[in-house]
Amino acid sequence: MLSGVKETKRDKLFLVCNYIFVSLALLIVLYPLVYMISASISDPKYVGSGEMWLWPKGITFDGYKRVFENSSIWTGYRNTIVYTVVGTAINLVVTLPAAYALSRKDFVGRNFFTAMFMFTMFFGGGLVPTYLLIKQLGMINTIWAIVIPSAASIWNIIVSRTFFQSSIPRELQEAAQIDGCTNMRLFIKIILPLSMPIIAVMALFYGVGNWNSYFSALIYLNDTAKYPLQLVLRQILVLQQMSAQGGGAIDASTAAAMNSKAEIAELVKYAVIIVATVPVIVIYPFLQRYFVQGVMIGSVKG
Amino acid sequence: MQDIKVAATGHARLNSRRASKGIWKRIVQNWELYIFIAPAFFYFLIFSYGPMYGIQIAFKNFIPTKGITGSPWVGFDHFERFFHSYYFWDLLWNTLSISLYELAIGFPIPILLALAFNEVRTGFFKKMVQTVTYAPHFISVVVMAGMIITFLSPSTGIVVHIIEGLGFNAPDFLTDPRWFKSMYVFSGVWQSAGWGTIIYLAALSGVDPGLHEAAIIDGASRFQRIRHINIPTLIPTMTILLILNMGSLFGVGFEKILLLQNPLNMESSDVISTFVYRSGLVDAQYSFSTAVGLFNSVINAVLLVVVNQVVRRTSENSLW
Repeated sequence: MLSGVKETKRDKLFLVCNYIFVSLALLIVLYPLVYMISASISDPKYVGSGEMWLWPKGITFDGYKRVFENSSIWTGYRNTIVYTVVGTAINLVVTLPAAYALSRKDFVGRNFFTAMFMFTMFFGGGLVPTYLLIKQLGMINTIWAIVIPSAASIWNIIVSRTFFQSSIPRELQEAAQIDGCTNMRLFIKIILPLSMPIIAVMALFYGVGNWNSYFSALIYLNDTAKYPLQLVLRQILVLQQMSAQGGGAIDASTAAAMNSKAEIAELVKYAVIIVATVPVIVIYPFLQRYFVQGVMIGSVKG
Repeated sequence: MQDIKVAATGHARLNSRRASKGIWKRIVQNWELYIFIAPAFFYFLIFSYGPMYGIQIAFKNFIPTKGITGSPWVGFDHFERFFHSYYFWDLLWNTLSISLYELAIGFPIPILLALAFNEVRTGFFKKMVQTVTYAPHFISVVVMAGMIITFLSPSTGIVVHIIEGLGFNAPDFLTDPRWFKSMYVFSGVWQSAGWGTIIYLAALSGVDPGLHEAAIIDGASRFQRIRHINIPTLIPTMTILLILNMGSLFGVGFEKILLLQNPLNMESSDVISTFVYRSGLVDAQYSFSTAVGLFNSVINAVLLVVVNQVVRRTSENSLW
């Protein structure tokens, strides 16, 4: 757009500095990611000693072999897939129709519902009362404790509402209504097919959230066979590492057991990080456009 | 974000104008919309407002067999116990200092990055920078904690190797309380600064190119154009995000803290929310923990309202 204008010397210097700054930021973010991939296929000996610092050294796939042999990781993976699919389906069924209703100016009570939902952003019952409620409802140690208490996020409802308001012509809806189309038909036959971008964005936002969440599983599940992947990861990546660090006074046999566990952890930790993160990271560049769109819709003035 | 405000003002006017004209007719005509909103309504009613009913146990001695309503009232006993406990000021200090530290470092960096990204010519490099810097946002908090622990482990962590390679002595990042807050804040910057640029880049893409053209004709340098065109463009977005951040000063991201906590760094890593978790769900002191949690959320809500009021007095960009 500014092609006719020559850059001054000062501007060129500024641009060079800017490129250096951006490249630096790129390197800082990229390095740990590359390092982990390299470490996952390198001999732990070289990784631990620091000889492996960028490219793989002493290539071995033992880490991955161990990961795939580990039954708790498999169970965790399966559980996570189930929680993510069921959870995301519930998220969409709760979010989209509600957001559509709130986008309609002729919807009586729209201010009331908006205010009621919005209030929960600023004030909540807190951890223990929520826990007691889930317990009272008999959801402890079931999939429902994972998928129901996070069935909708007010933020995503607002984003979807903004989309419905700004991207679907009002005239289209009015015309359909004059033709005697019911709201249900209007929503399913006309609105939803026109709303694929927002459906994709919502499925992705919720899906990634469900895939990555660990806290509700930590407090509501006590049966290890039901643990999602993130809790299994927590045991491998955090608990064992931490106990290896600050053990303090422990007897010899515990120490020995911990050491052998720590060695296995050493071997698998990078592989397990890659295996757990790959589904999200692999689809992400293809869907980046949608994610970015989602953030932008959220920031647009209504 | 700003439509929070819009929702409150714009439609109220519209509604009151039409109010007299057959509200009932419109309700009946659109009865299906109430079915649409029902799942969300019941969800928030049960899972957000339901726990608010349970808050009363903060003023009671909750006995599981007697239930929420049947437990005896004790007034402000739990609050007093908390305020007079030896850990009260530590918890308050940790919570506030971690939040402010995070705000001081984590708030300006996405703005700087967005301004810098915006000057990069559209093309492969720009795309790659954006794709790579957004990616860590999708890493789960558990993996993030695992990465931090692995990278900073004494004798095996790569960061430790790098520091020692440069001839320094690496501190015990994971167990030294003095390092906990920096570790928390800077890992957060690594993970979310790139993603944080999106909202600012969106605002920057809305700048009228004519402004820049006029400035160039007047001989403005790139730096001057950033200073006098781009930065003012970002002020409304910055203000809104700042208000939201201030509102959560006491709601510091506790999932990551919980994962990085260990007995050795506890003195600087224990915040109100992790304390609520530990006393409530681990030690089963239901009432006491609820009282502490309530104290926390009341402060949060008050902060949000106060900050919003202050901003509204001084500029046009308030939340409501």
